[in-house]
Amino acid sequence: MARHLLLILLPVVAAFAILPSVYTNHLMLFNFIIFMTLAQGLNVIYGFTGYLPFGYVGFFGAGSYGFSLMVIHLQAPPFVALLIGAAAAVALALLLTPLLRLSGVYFSIANLAAALAVLQVVSNPNLEEITKGPYGISLRGVFNPTLSYGTAVAVLAATLALVIYLRNSHFGMALKAIREDPISAGMAGINVVRERVVAWLLSALIAGLAGGVFAWYVSVFYPETVFSVEFSVFAIVFVLFGGNATVIGPILGVVILYGIYNAVGISTPQYFQLIYGVLIMGLVLFLPNGLVSLLQRWGIDVP
Amino acid sequence: MFLYSLLAGFLFGLYFSLIGLGLNLVFSVMRVVNLAHGDFLMLGAFLAYWLFTLFAVNPVPAVAIAFAGFVIVGLPLYYLLVPRLLRAENPEMLSFILFFGLSQVIEAVTTIAFGTSERSIPGDQLGRAVAVVAGLFAGHTVENGPVELLGNTFPASWVASGIVSGCAVLLVYLYLYRTRLGYLTRAVMDNRAEAIATGIDVHRVCAVAFGIGIGLAAVAGVFAPFMLGSITPAMGTEVTVTAFAVIVIGSLGNPLGTAFGGVIYGISYMLMQSYYSSWANVLPYVLLIVILLLRPSGLLGRQVRRA
Repeated sequence: MARHLLLILLPVVAAFAILPSVYTNHLMLFNFIIFMTLAQGLNVIYGFTGYLPFGYVGFFGAGSYGFSLMVIHLQAPPFVALLIGAAAAVALALLLTPLLRLSGVYFSIANLAAALAVLQVVSNPNLEEITKGPYGISLRGVFNPTLSYGTAVAVLAATLALVIYLRNSHFGMALKAIREDPISAGMAGINVVRERVVAWLLSALIAGLAGGVFAWYVSVFYPETVFSVEFSVFAIVFVLFGGNATVIGPILGVVILYGIYNAVGISTPQYFQLIYGVLIMGLVLFLPNGLVSLLQRWGIDVP
Repeated sequence: MFLYSLLAGFLFGLYFSLIGLGLNLVFSVMRVVNLAHGDFLMLGAFLAYWLFTLFAVNPVPAVAIAFAGFVIVGLPLYYLLVPRLLRAENPEMLSFILFFGLSQVIEAVTTIAFGTSERSIPGDQLGRAVAVVAGLFAGHTVENGPVELLGNTFPASWVASGIVSGCAVLLVYLYLYRTRLGYLTRAVMDNRAEAIATGIDVHRVCAVAFGIGIGLAAVAGVFAPFMLGSITPAMGTEVTVTAFAVIVIGSLGNPLGTAFGGVIYGISYMLMQSYYSSWANVLPYVLLIVILLLRPSGLLGRQVRRA
């Protein structure tokens, strides 16, 4: 575990800490951090428990709005607002825990529906007094790119540490056992329900923190921005591409795919969408366990 | 107002059940989640649009062309994707992701080919077809215009879409319960392993069901310009979620269940539109979650599903 912390977490965090001084497109670096955090957060729930939350972005949006509303209505300092935003995401996850009773695609669909329902509520013109409705949020007062970038790096570091812990701990093993066969796992003395809920809340917490930092950094956004299903989809594809339930799989996925996105996706989004779609289909048909499964096939233990 | 919402909801509900019908058939026969369902519907809508603008084909005959065309597309697509998928460890989950990829491909190719502008077909085109059919029944020519039902007037396109959707549901019911291939299809739905053991050519049965499912999506697409507003390459995802809400409210397997789900959905949507219009968009999602949690087998479901 110490080895993983040293060899994976340290280089990644160091890279994101140093890059802003040599590379000028800070927004792109920031987006890399956000997607890496989201991909790892999704890895916690999808990789380790097998639940695929298509509405993962709901927690991200809840974090963003929790942060923004605290700042707007209570003039809270950013760090307090960030914690409240994360708490909002966890509260939403608690509200949605009954969804864990559903399995497979029913869970995914219901979770997607939940995220879309939250979006509809937040962007409802009737709630303009509270949420600013569809007109978006502006947080000029707390705008601070340097500090929020640093916070994002810290959130990423904490997330990576958590995934490394899961990869190497009893708890992570228990989650994987539940994923493979909940009944046998229960027989082996694992508290199936509790462990699942803990993983669910942890992954919501990560998305909530990421959402709060995102709101802080960009400071002007619309409900559709932070509740865009694209966040869920990107995170899912990054995790699948790299390989789930590993530490470096999602990191590889983000670096490679989000790299491609920045090269072709911004100027011609439809071509990127095409590449993306073909890539997803190819992955499912030929490499369902991601890039790292190639290494695993040769008998290499991938962290 | 109340009666109007009820009737409009019924017409829309019939149409919504047509949207869910193909998805339900594919899911209940091969346990494959066709997330690209809405995108096939979008392609059907584009087909109707071209047939109308290039060859002035009325949307009603376009229904037959769309259905036949998409069944022919669906058969090879089945053999290309599904058998390989069903060999995997967890086909249901993987199909979800695979068809998501397919939906991205369809959306991207359509955008590259035709751009993102919105397209529509004049609403009176369907009205003309309604007038012709009504004229045949009444024995004299009927004027093209809104249709009156129980003292409320509705656009003729709504009535036409509702009638065609109702017919489609009945035809699928007859296919499943009155034909030999339909009988085999229900055997596969019930227990795939036993169907294989009794010597049913499961792949053939599934391929036909898959083709029909996509054909039905395309048929629903023909009416999309009238019922869902103008058509764009990106409309698919929203339609897929609606279709899911409909089949979850109804029940898996039985087309009459889907019709029931569609009508419940349509009526509650219209009532929300009339009384709390700004909250109407939340309804499908909330309804979906509540029903999944309270009655996982759907309102009419007898079959217990793994949920």
